[in-house]
Amino acid sequence: MYKVVKRRQLADIITLLEVEAPEVAKKAQPGEFVIVRQNEESERIPLTIMDFNRDKGTITIVIQEVGYSSNLITRMQEGDSFVTFVGPLGQATEIENYGTVLCIGGGVGVAPVHPIARGLKEAGNKVISILGARTKDLLILEDEMRAVSDEVIITTDDGTYGMKGFVTHGIQSVLDQGIKVDAIWAIGPVVMMKSVANFTRPLGIKTIVSMNPVMVDGTGMCGACRLDVGGETKFACVDGPEFDGHKVDFDLAMKRSAFFKNEEAVAYGKVKCQCAKEGK
Amino acid sequence: MASKAPRHDMPCQDPIVRGKNFSEVALGYTVETAAEEAKRCIQCKKPKCVEGCPVGVDIPQFINKIAEGEHLEAASILKGKNTLPAICGRVCPQESQCEAQCILGVKGEPVAIGRLERFAADYEMANGTSKLEKATPSGKKVAVIGAGPAGLTCAAELARKGHAVTVLEALHVAGGVLMYGIPEFRLPKAIVQKEINSLKDMGVEILVNQVVGKVTSVQELLANGYDAVFIGTGAGLPYFMKIPGENYNGVYSANEFLTRSNLMKAYDFPNHATPIKVGEQVAVLGGGNVAMDAARTALRLGAKDVYIVYRRSMTELPARVEEVHHAEEEGIQFKILTNPIAINGDENGNVKSMTCLKYELGEPDASGRRRPVAIEGSEFDLPVQTVVVSIGQGPNPLVTTTTAGLELNKWGNIVADETTMATSIPGVYAGGDIVTGAATVILAMGAGKTAAASIDAYLMTN
Ligand SMILES: Cc1cc2nc3c(=O)[nH]c(=O)nc-3n(C[C@H](O)[C@H](O)[C@H](O)COP(=O)(O)OP(=O)(O)OC[C@H]3O[C@@H](n4cnc5c(N)ncnc54)[C@H](O)[C@@H]3O)c2cc1C
Ligand SMILES: Cc1cc2nc3c(=O)[nH]c(=O)nc-3n(C[C@H](O)[C@H](O)[C@H](O)COP(=O)(O)OP(=O)(O)OC[C@H]3O[C@@H](n4cnc5c(N)ncnc54)[C@H](O)[C@@H]3O)c2cc1C
Ligand code: SF4
Ligand code: FES
Repeated sequence: MYKVVKRRQLADIITLLEVEAPEVAKKAQPGEFVIVRQNEESERIPLTIMDFNRDKGTITIVIQEVGYSSNLITRMQEGDSFVTFVGPLGQATEIENYGTVLCIGGGVGVAPVHPIARGLKEAGNKVISILGARTKDLLILEDEMRAVSDEVIITTDDGTYGMKGFVTHGIQSVLDQGIKVDAIWAIGPVVMMKSVANFTRPLGIKTIVSMNPVMVDGTGMCGACRLDVGGETKFACVDGPEFDGHKVDFDLAMKRSAFFKNEEAVAYGKVKCQCAKEGK
Repeated sequence: MASKAPRHDMPCQDPIVRGKNFSEVALGYTVETAAEEAKRCIQCKKPKCVEGCPVGVDIPQFINKIAEGEHLEAASILKGKNTLPAICGRVCPQESQCEAQCILGVKGEPVAIGRLERFAADYEMANGTSKLEKATPSGKKVAVIGAGPAGLTCAAELARKGHAVTVLEALHVAGGVLMYGIPEFRLPKAIVQKEINSLKDMGVEILVNQVVGKVTSVQELLANGYDAVFIGTGAGLPYFMKIPGENYNGVYSANEFLTRSNLMKAYDFPNHATPIKVGEQVAVLGGGNVAMDAARTALRLGAKDVYIVYRRSMTELPARVEEVHHAEEEGIQFKILTNPIAINGDENGNVKSMTCLKYELGEPDASGRRRPVAIEGSEFDLPVQTVVVSIGQGPNPLVTTTTAGLELNKWGNIVADETTMATSIPGVYAGGDIVTGAATVILAMGAGKTAAASIDAYLMTN
């Protein structure tokens, strides 16, 4: 079984779990993900690998509660176990020395950006990280990101911390300093990745995004995770999850993510009412 | 003579009732019917039926034991050649294999070999106490990649020879297509798991959640103490039509549709957390077993009209006759000589209809089947909210693309010697759908068995 050995509440609805999974830890690379099931009736859901410790044999994940399955997982305590924890899946980030790179994380997207920033830093890049959150309380992993970046810019939508505005304002501020940016990684809500890609497209800056479509198996068997990238159908689980942001059809991706909305609400309602009964 | 008796029908759930549940459609013979059917067998001296079975089940012998009321004996004869009889008895295309060769079939109807096989296997599951004896350990270790029928059969045969076998499976349960593809109403999952448990009793180790190609590789397995490797990763890569609109919401691959329903039990949503959504009108593209399964699943999930859209005619449908018949009884509508050219969506990206062309049959093509030719100007719109694409699957590339030196054909299938199942890498064998492309359970089992024999020979000489 895959036991939770550490739990940390990062923000109101964002939880970090360190999980025993030695085989996954042995192979994990930045950019990859795992598929988990909390219990025997659970669905299979994908989560990015935020960190790995090969010696301890653990994988760290950061999960934001958005519905039924993520709720189940954020409620897990130290000592609880997942029944399924399979990975590492997907293609690892292409870590090279690009020069100066921006690592942008929006909301819970800061977590998957962390190992990428660390990898890029180790490869000799100058790493400027831009962390965006709606409000100060939702900003996560600031210290961890400072440890692996040359510079950190923080933006909040409401101006409660750092710069007021969106992560694109952060990019603008870097460019305003006359810094030449060689590549950008942007991970966060699809709308955020779309706006970063739209912002950088005319500037011709290589922009990599990490897509999060609905998945089932995560091994290329079901086709649920398909995306339109540059007019071609790609499977995010085996071809991605990272893609050239200038080629992804974000609007289609957003529509596909909304397909099971009503069903998801039914499941979420079930857990909410169970929690109410248990007084949680 | 006993052979004049008509073949005994399989009792089935009423079509109207079963169209609304996921319980098994075919109910199985009673002890009495099984005995009567078994007595129809004339016990040929040179039984042709055995030649028709890819794993060479001793058909007359096991049938004779049923006729004598020795059901456990019958099951043990079956298991001598076939490790998964309860599964084969249900899903083998008997009409084109063992039963196709039965002498009684020349003038009348063949003995219902598959139904008797199912009967004996089920009887043993319900009443049997037999435990297979563990063989003396050989000291050799084999890794089997993929827990579908090919991998499981290979594992069982190797375990019988005393080799230590570890099966590595990517999903969270073993069984392959038997678990995620073929629906509960045709093959109850509890039966699959029981047959798999009997492998565990033989000492086969089954590790789930192991994606080979990611968590480990063929080379690493060989370097880390395994003396040989068998690859049985199946044909799990869904093909799409490459027509406009294929990424709209409501377009599923058959694999996704069936996996959600079978493996993840979406039909029991929200008790099981995986959702599935079907519209009132559903089109299933294709005409094989997979298409029949998807169509009948859609019906059970509440669709009103379910269409099989197939570009040839009824006679060319590649699905098993029995399954086409069951589908028709349940009210699945066949739109034959029809092919879609586009899927149309609404402003939210949800499917609302499918544009199709009508076809007629022309001259025979390379496959010997008459080629469908589009009728000009025959375009029409079929209102549907769900489209399930079941036009075939390719080889899963995770293992093949990460194994240097493994010879593949132009479709990406592994090239293996037909008589030994050896690949281009010494000590590495392959079989099942990953070699042949999508085929049948029993052919995959046959390949697993052949490979096990070669692996055994290889281990004993190396
Ligand atoms: C490669 C990848 C990496 C991800 N990494 C993280 C991560 O590190 N941290 C994190 O908090 N979230 C991550 N996600 C998103 C996470 O998987 C979903 O939030 C989760 O599945 C939602 O499940 P739910 O039942 O709680 O929500 P639901 O109420 O069921 O759904 C809410 C939204 O989540 C998405 N979703 C639902 N089911 C799935 C599914 N099976 N697969 C993918 N998305 C789904 C849909 O967009 C949906 O609209 C990742 C997704 C992908 C594809
Ligand atoms: C819906 C459907 C209905 C069918 N109906 C019938 C029928 O009625 N009769 C019949 O005879 N045949 C039928 N078939 C065909 C039959 O199921 C297949 O021919 C058979 O299952 C092939 O067996 P296999 O062992 O080669 O592969 P599979 O059954 O596909 O098993 C392969 C296994 O390998 C695993 N795997 C894949 N990649 C990896 C990896 N990288 N690492 C670890 N594990 C991996 C997969 O998860 C899977 O469990 C049907 C198929 C489908 C899809
Ligand atoms: S395994 Fe299949 S082909 Fe062989 S006897 Fe049984 S039903 Fe017939
Ligand atoms: S999740 Fe099934 S193919 Fe990607």
